[in-house]
Formats: sequence, structure tokens, C-alpha cells
Amino acid sequence: MKKLIKTIGVALAFSAFASFGAQASEGGALKQVDWSFNGAFGQFDKAQLRRGFQVYREVCSACHSVRLIAFRNLADIGFSEDEIKAIAAEYEVQDGPNDDGDMFMRPGRPSDRIPGPFANEKQARAANNGAYPPDLSLMAKARFGGPDYIHSLLTGYEDAPEGFELGEGMNYNPVFAGAQIAMVAPISDDMLEYADGTPATADQISRDVSAFLMWTAEPSLEARKSLGFRVMLFLVIFTVLFYFINKKVWKPVKRGEQV
Amino acid sequence: MASSTYEPKNRFIKAVNQQLPILSLIHGAVGAGYRAPKNLNYWWNFGSLAGVCLVVQIITGIVLAMHYTPHTSLAFASVEHIMRDVNYGWLLRYIHANGASMFFIVVYVHIFRGLFFGSYRNPREVLWFLGVIIYLLMMATGFMGYVLPWGQMSFWGATVITNLFSAIPVVGDSIVAWLWGGFSVDNPTLNRFFSLHYLLPFVIVGVVILHIWALHIPGSNNPLGIDVKGPQDQVPFHPYYTAKDAFGIGVFLLLFAFFVFYAPNYLGHPDNYTEANPMVTPPHIVPEWYYLPFYAILRAIPDKLGGVIAMFSAILILFAMPWLDGSPARSARFRPIYRMLLWVFVADTFLLGYVGAHAPDYIVHIGGVEIPCLILGQAATAFYFLFFLVIVPVVSRWETPLPLPKSINEAVLKKSAAKA
Repeated sequence: MKKLIKTIGVALAFSAFASFGAQASEGGALKQVDWSFNGAFGQFDKAQLRRGFQVYREVCSACHSVRLIAFRNLADIGFSEDEIKAIAAEYEVQDGPNDDGDMFMRPGRPSDRIPGPFANEKQARAANNGAYPPDLSLMAKARFGGPDYIHSLLTGYEDAPEGFELGEGMNYNPVFAGAQIAMVAPISDDMLEYADGTPATADQISRDVSAFLMWTAEPSLEARKSLGFRVMLFLVIFTVLFYFINKKVWKPVKRGEQV
Repeated sequence: MASSTYEPKNRFIKAVNQQLPILSLIHGAVGAGYRAPKNLNYWWNFGSLAGVCLVVQIITGIVLAMHYTPHTSLAFASVEHIMRDVNYGWLLRYIHANGASMFFIVVYVHIFRGLFFGSYRNPREVLWFLGVIIYLLMMATGFMGYVLPWGQMSFWGATVITNLFSAIPVVGDSIVAWLWGGFSVDNPTLNRFFSLHYLLPFVIVGVVILHIWALHIPGSNNPLGIDVKGPQDQVPFHPYYTAKDAFGIGVFLLLFAFFVFYAPNYLGHPDNYTEANPMVTPPHIVPEWYYLPFYAILRAIPDKLGGVIAMFSAILILFAMPWLDGSPARSARFRPIYRMLLWVFVADTFLLGYVGAHAPDYIVHIGGVEIPCLILGQAATAFYFLFFLVIVPVVSRWETPLPLPKSINEAVLKKSAAKA
């Protein structure tokens, strides 16, 4: 009886914990991608992140910003200093005021954040039929499922089932909460040509940009996991040592000696 | 704390200790000068673990505060600045955020230990009261800390929880405006929460010192719940329990590090990675997991004021435990019926946690039967209070405990003889 109740208690405990994950998707089930950064030793695939950056630049950046990312951060995904300078210089950044008190535009520098497509939310809504394309920097941590969610959403567009009332200018996507999304299906086969020659299928493009957004959301992921391994190793040794020290210390008491 | 038998050999140290007996104090508190029952099991590790958590939270919190900006327009960005630009900022923040969860896990086990082995009974009532006060302070501190990153859940959690006070008749709305420092959760609210979030941990340190002081007067309770009869029942705290605590800390840090390094956002809500927006309400506002059982109790009562009273009563009722329990034996080990019901109570709190995490109209399937979470929450709430108000007082007085061992020493010797 005691064992049974304990087992039920433990089972309930785990189900309560698991329920956090169970809330995951409001819409349909997510595609589970075997990301290179999954698992205790998983790391980013740098080539994939660079492809993802290309997708962001050529597709997503028409409407979405990644305001937490500076050009200099691109060094993390394998761009050289000169490449970063060249990329930054392609953007116009507002600076100032100058000595005359005027704001002015100048080419971007590595220390600048990547400028977004719109000056503010009002401008963004005006250009997008009233919808506000959210900043994507943290999107991979701001939704249940993270990069799986982004990939599922991007590849989840379907024709609306019969009887489904779609709002004006809205698109049907069962992955999105409420199944109606203002964003038009943004990705299609061969819509771009990868610099590294990877075949640009819609699935590939979606995976690459999802991985890229995982990096923008969690740039410390690689440092975290590699430090984590060393910390765990240290703690295992520490714990084992103290297990034996504790045993040794208690030996006389366990034998029945008075201390 | 009991007068110490500490005799330093070094002349210089002896001279300093004579004028400021701080070493004697430490020796008597956690050194060889404090004698503890020799039969303490691993449930007794959680007191020192809670101390470790408090220290970890204070140290990481102080450094985080050096880089954080408590302003509605900058708070969210400053947290991301910590995550990206501060050296090992991500590590500090993940330790601090998960550290809060770890602290609550440890404290919940510590409270359960007290309930199971009757550590709240005479002569340890004051010790227990101080513990409940620490728990209340922790809840306030944790709540205000969760608001600081100024994410969606921070903002809406703060709005929901502070609004609870508006249920108080007549003065409710004035109290809420006073808490907010305005007419909604805004910059003044964030500022005062930051200030208090920095202050309260040190108040907790103060009450922890009182808690340990109150512990040292009667000494630790033990799994048998019987009194210490003499030195043969005890061992010196150092090295016996320092070694045991060190091992426990190792195991605990493994769990802690697992979350920090491999699942740092598992215990948090994704919505808090979206900056607070007063114009957009998240579909489900849920508090951190450690408040979920109380959130379920709050929502189980259809009346707002009633819900608030029930929620606070659920915690404050712990203060009454020394009077509710009238059993001749402290430890549940000798009270099989009570013990079984106590485990059911534990399961009930987990059930409340589950209910708290879901919307009231969420349907739970139990063996083919569909039960809305609201009904489940009401049943679990009813059992929660039934346990404290009926089961504990009645069962403790009605159940005859099994025969208690004559002494701790005898029980320990018997156990080691059985093993050999």
C-alpha cells in the first residue's frame, strides 16, 4: 500500500512537470527536427547558420527585424572581419547629431545593430495591411517548441478546410494559434540561390532560417554546453569523492562506537 | 547558541577569539560543538541545501543587478544585454533563474520533512513559525524577481497578482493603486519591485539566522521523533553532518547544473521572451511552477475575495500545525494511517499544481471520464483544507501510534546489527 501510494505520488509529480511541455502547441503537432544543436553535445552547424542568415537577408528582412543582433555578432557564425565590414557597409544607419545638430545617414559599422525594415511599429503596420511583423531575435525561445515551431510554421501553410472562415488578407496555417496568420507563405522551392550551392528546397530554406533564429535567440548555446560538460564532470568527481568521505567518516558510528 | 567548548591552540587565534568569540560561535553552530541526533537521514540534508540556494541567489543576484536596468523601456533589453554582452552573463542569469526553482524544490522538500517527522511539534513551534515566515518571504521575493525581466508573463503575472488585493472590501482599489504607485503596473511598480527584490533576500538571511538559532535551542528533530536522551544518541555536527551535507550538495548541484546547462528555459514560460506589452494579453497567464498549487486554489473558488482568502489561508494554515496535530508521537513513521493520508496530501498538492498550469476549462481525461480542470481543482482544494482542518486533528488524536523505540542509540544499534 505504501509503495503504491508513493508510486502514484511520483507519477503525479512527473505528470505535473511534463504538463509544462504538454502545453506546447496551441495548433497542430510540431515537426520534430533533428537539429545539429540538439542534445548535450549538440552544436550549431555554422554553414547552416550562414545559409540561414542569407535567407533572413533575402526573404525575412523585408518585414522582420533581428534588433538584438549586431553585425559584429556574425563573427560567431564564421564570417571574417572583412566580410562583416562589407555586410555592414551595405546598410544605411542613422547617426548624429553632428556638429550642426543634424542627424545624418552613414554606412553601417560592425558595432551597429542590424537595422530593421521599419522605423517603428506604426510604419510596419501601415506597410503590412495593419499586421505587425514581430522582431525575430528571440522568436526561437518565445514559442513552445522553439525552432521546431518556426520550421513547422514556415512549412505548415495549407488551403483552408471547407467551412473555415478566413479573415480578409489572412492565410490558413494550422500551426499558428487560431490557424489564421497575416504572413503570406514566405518560402518556396528555389526562391533563392545558396552561396554554398546547397539545393534550395523550401524545407531546406525553412530549416536553415529556423536554425539561424535559434542562434539569434541563444548565441551562448555552444559556450553553455561545452562549459556544462566540464562542470558536470567536476561535479560527478566531487560527489563521488564526498560519497566515500562520508562513508569513511561514519564508519565508526555505523559499527556502534560512541563519538 | 549553546556555549562552545572550542579551545584554539594557536595563541593569536585564541586571543582574537577571546575578544570576539566568532570562532566559538561557528564551532557551536555548525562545528564539532553542535551535537545532532545520530540517526538523521537524507531528508535532513535539505536545510543546508536551502542555505546553499540562498547564498547562490544572493551572489548571482548582486552581480546581475550591476548590469540590469529597472526601467520599463530598458529592462528587457538590459536582460538581453546580460545574456549576450556581459562575460558569462548568460551563466549568471540562468543560475539565478533556475536557482529560484531549485530553492523552491529544496524548501518544499524541507517543509515536507517537517510535516512528515513532526518537526513543528513542541519544543520546536517557534522554529516552525520562522520557517513559514521564510517561505512567505521567498514567495514575495520570487514573485517580484519574475517581474524584473519585463517580459509578457512578468507584466501580466504582476497585473493579476497585484489585482488580487482589489478584492479587499472598501480599501481594495486604494491598496492596489498604492502597490502599483499609479493606476496600472508601470515604471514605478518595476522600480519598487526591483528595490524590494534586492532587499528581501537580506531579510530572509536575518530570519534564517533566527531559524538556526531557534534550531539550536532544542536541537534537531530526528526520523524517530523521540527526544535525545544523552550524548550516546548524538554525534558532533562536524565532521559527521558536514561530510553528509557535502555529499548532498554534490548530488543537488548535479541536478541544478543539469537545468542550467542543458534545459535552462524548461522551467520558464516562453512568453517571457516577448517584451511586456500592456496592449496584448497572453491567452494563458500562468505563474511560475512553484505558485501553481496556490493559483489553482485561487481559481477554484468562484468568488474573487473568497479565492484570495482561500489562497492565503492555504499557506497561513501551516502556522496552526503545532495545534492541529495532537498525536502522542511526532514522527509519521509510527502513525501508519496518518502517514498514508499525508502521502495522499502530497499527491493532492501535485494535482493542484497540474490544475494550476491549465486553463479552468481544460478537459482532463481520467479513465474515459472527462473532467474540467475547474472541477478537479475544486475537489483538490477541498481535500487540501480537509486534510488540515479534519484529517490532521482527528486522525492524530484517534490513531494509536506504534510502540516507540526507547532511545535513538538503541534504534541505531538495532539497525546496524540487522544489517551486519
